Amino acid sequence: MSVKLSTRQVGDVTVIDAAGRITLGEGTSTLRDAIRDSVSGGHKKILLNLGEVNYIDSSGIGELVSAFTTVTNQGGQLKLLSLNKRIQDLLQITKLYTVFEAFDDEAAAIRSFS
Amino acid sequence: MDQLGTDPNGIGSRWEAVYRSELTSVDEAEAQVVALAEKYGFDEDDLHKIGIALREGMVNAVVHGNKYSAEKQVFLTVVRQEEGLSVIIRDQGAGFDLSQVPDPLAQENLLRESGRGILLMQAFMDEFQVRRLSDGTEITMVKYQAS
Repeated sequence: MSVKLSTRQVGDVTVIDAAGRITLGEGTSTLRDAIRDSVSGGHKKILLNLGEVNYIDSSGIGELVSAFTTVTNQGGQLKLLSLNKRIQDLLQITKLYTVFEAFDDEAAAIRSFS
Repeated sequence: MDQLGTDPNGIGSRWEAVYRSELTSVDEAEAQVVALAEKYGFDEDDLHKIGIALREGMVNAVVHGNKYSAEKQVFLTVVRQEEGLSVIIRDQGAGFDLSQVPDPLAQENLLRESGRGILLMQAFMDEFQVRRLSDGTEITMVKYQAS
């Protein structure tokens, strides 16, 4: 299964709930489109919920980085929510835990944007 | 995908397959090798690591090696060994020099969108080796199995 995304608004924060696999091909392009749609729509505070994502490859990691730079370059913020152990391990291996701000609790994550 | 032979049982047995240079081959190869590793008795965590490493190796071969060429193929061999399994992925591309691959952990490269595939293969497998051949590149990876 490729990634499935649904977007909801919590105050001025756009929460993107992702589920499935973020891998080279459809998975990465779906995420890229969602991030660009949010930013072009003026929604620059984005919380990406990866709680239901069970698999990310290096291309998926690259897409997370691309999303981060796209949002940051537009003056926004992108943060991560609900990373499972495998995704945490990937961020450790790639040293990207130093780049991304990640939360376990959605309410705390939402508050951090203000 | 043209499968040349299947004998997934026993130490020393080999499983070989040939793939087109397409992204669908990556998914096929990953599923097949993970299924083999599961038969060999690897645990769920190792299956995930083997799957990711296999995927990264196949993407490297299809995308960077063969550049999606319909004229080129990817050759995959899995060998069951006493200590675990080895995976050999050979493409027909121009090859690359491992020492020239930018370090994805260097501060200046952290925000690059690509270049982490080899890092993940090295991190998730116990042995990793790249050989430049006269007509392509061969990656060999070994995963040890806890006894």
